[in-house]
Amino acid sequence: MTTPTTQREPAITGGRSLDRHLSRYARRTAGMTASEIRALFAVASRPEVVSLAGGMPHLGALPLESLAAEVQDVVNADGLTALQYGSAQGMQPLREQICEVMALEGIRAHADDVVVTVGSQSALDMVTRIFCDPGDVVLAEAPSYVGALGTFSAYQAKVVHIEMDEAGLVPAALREALAALAAQGRRPKFLYTIPNFHNPAGVTLAVHRRAEILDICAAADVLVIEDNPYGLLGFDGQTYPALRSMESDNVVYLGSFSKTFAPGLRVGWALAPHAVREKLVLAAESATLCPPAFTQSVVSRYLALHDWKGQIKAYQEAYRERRDAMLTALEQYLPDGCRWTRPDGGFYVWLTVPESLDTKAMLPRAVTARVAYVPGTAFYGQPQGGRQMRLSFCYPTPERIREGVRRLAGVLAGELELLNTFGSVHQRPLSGPHAPAPDTA
Amino acid sequence: MIERTVAVLSGGLSHERDVSIRSGRRLAAALRDAGLYVEEWDADGALVSRLRSQRPDAVVVALHGGAGENGAVQSVLEMLGVPYVGTDAAACRQAFDKPTAKARLAGAGLATPDWVALPHSIFRELGAQSVLEALVARLGLPLMLKPDQGGSALGAQVVRSEAELPTAMVGCLAYADTVLAERFVPGVEVAVTVIETEQGPQALPAVEIAPESGVYDFAARYTAGFTTFHCPARLEPAVAKSVADLAIRAHTVLGLRDVSRTDAIVPQHGPVQFLEVNVSPGLTETSLLPMSVEVYGSTMGAVFRDLVERAIARA
Repeated sequence: MTTPTTQREPAITGGRSLDRHLSRYARRTAGMTASEIRALFAVASRPEVVSLAGGMPHLGALPLESLAAEVQDVVNADGLTALQYGSAQGMQPLREQICEVMALEGIRAHADDVVVTVGSQSALDMVTRIFCDPGDVVLAEAPSYVGALGTFSAYQAKVVHIEMDEAGLVPAALREALAALAAQGRRPKFLYTIPNFHNPAGVTLAVHRRAEILDICAAADVLVIEDNPYGLLGFDGQTYPALRSMESDNVVYLGSFSKTFAPGLRVGWALAPHAVREKLVLAAESATLCPPAFTQSVVSRYLALHDWKGQIKAYQEAYRERRDAMLTALEQYLPDGCRWTRPDGGFYVWLTVPESLDTKAMLPRAVTARVAYVPGTAFYGQPQGGRQMRLSFCYPTPERIREGVRRLAGVLAGELELLNTFGSVHQRPLSGPHAPAPDTA
Repeated sequence: MIERTVAVLSGGLSHERDVSIRSGRRLAAALRDAGLYVEEWDADGALVSRLRSQRPDAVVVALHGGAGENGAVQSVLEMLGVPYVGTDAAACRQAFDKPTAKARLAGAGLATPDWVALPHSIFRELGAQSVLEALVARLGLPLMLKPDQGGSALGAQVVRSEAELPTAMVGCLAYADTVLAERFVPGVEVAVTVIETEQGPQALPAVEIAPESGVYDFAARYTAGFTTFHCPARLEPAVAKSVADLAIRAHTVLGLRDVSRTDAIVPQHGPVQFLEVNVSPGLTETSLLPMSVEVYGSTMGAVFRDLVERAIARA
């Protein structure tokens, strides 16, 4: 080995921190730590592992050859526009097409009120930015989308979860939460809700509850953020009236092409009341300057020239087959004491395991058994969800889904045996974020 | 100098895949800086055919946990006659199993915290309550629970009360089928890298580990800034020598080769205590070996380039 001539003194006397910027970070970075759960998801990317964890759409259903030609046409025909900066609000033709897409769920909107964003995640970030100060309260379903919880945490907003049942958000629970907050002199900034084919719960807000939810929020002067990425993915082609179709002044609607077309394009949108839209455009300018003109052009051309409704139908059929495979396998393999939701659209099943099992603690055993899921704790702003897990059926084939559920059943049997051996156990705290990165299958 | 072709193995299927990928990338970059031609390969279904068809001059195993440290991958490399950096398969098996390594080193006279290794099945067969009571009676509290195999502190936990034990056991058994329970020894936690040279095994400057939370868990290991390191460790010269001697003894007694890292505790009183040894130490941005090498006045690239030459020479 290369022998040094002299041994050096430590570079920094008094100890060496590997992050010289540590004292400079904002308080909102407190939760941004290495996570053993996220490290485990790295294994899920290997083909040996059946991943029921991530939410990657089944892009195998896309006609890639014809899309390639359309992308080439974007460069050939519109290259000087598509490769240039664009407006912060997004391209006018695409905004008009987005209005046509939203009309499928009963929304009547004007393109001037649409803001195209870098995926709907960016829209959610900007909405939170313009409404929430540190310490503000927001309402969300219990459980809620992990990406939304991350955004609320980044803006130091406190999440109050509202109970759901098989018909979605429970109006009485919403009333109770608002009353409890009012008693503390607090009014939430908004209700964040995913009414259709909920992520992660897999349930849909009953139509008869929709107007009631809107009325409760209007009476309490609470804005509604309606996040609807899965609304067109009903397995029987069914759609539900968007909250925004029933109320225009007090709803900000978030939409996305990530599930109905392709997430790699990162094209989403917000439909907002006029005054809110103005602020969103200014927020977008500081966040991203403008959404990518190139991918907007691709989506616009796709909507104009491609049978996009036929493509959505193809997605619906693929996901229905996968959902069926998962539900059948759950019935066949899972032990007594488990229960799960039965989604009629979207990507996810929400599984509750027998009492005293801890889905976060057993994830390493699952990875050893070559199956992955997301522990339920990822979907709450507070320590909850220890008995739940989210199972995704969007990405693996039906055969792999069956095999994954079979392996999961073996893991649950092992955990039940441990429980039988050691008796009731408490959740063991594990550090860091507990959800997979977006590129995890 | 002849340009060497080196395959860095990283990834794999263990719980430490993510850490291993980061180690592999950092090592590959260091070896390229040192003038070697490097490819990064996962330990997957394509590995054997790749090794056969591409015949690298040497392999460096940057796999952590599982097949990369328990001797399995090393056995395959030996079968194929591919020179590799690191401990041979037989010694890996011994070192990777923490209770086996502790027993071997205790037998050779090294101090190590008193321990008991218990498989899941024994709790089931004899009843968890009575076995846990016997465990606490033997080792006292607090105690340290770890999976008997694996690293990165995955599944490891300090248990301070009997009430915490069942939960900690279940957490630990999620990573392995056997739990290593150790008497908890408070003191200064240090890590010593041993590198083999023509003069024999050399201990590099010890790294003293001071996690902000008091526990060197996964977050403290891999979140930059969560732990303060002192290298060389702030030890009296005689103690520093004891630490270095312990690491070299562990390396030698366990029959390790090329490189290892020994983790130890320096208690306020009494001898330095061996905790565990790593045959494939972490090489990430927050890992301990790179710090030792830097303070030693060398570079990762130079150290591992020399180890590659040693591996080729002994083939």
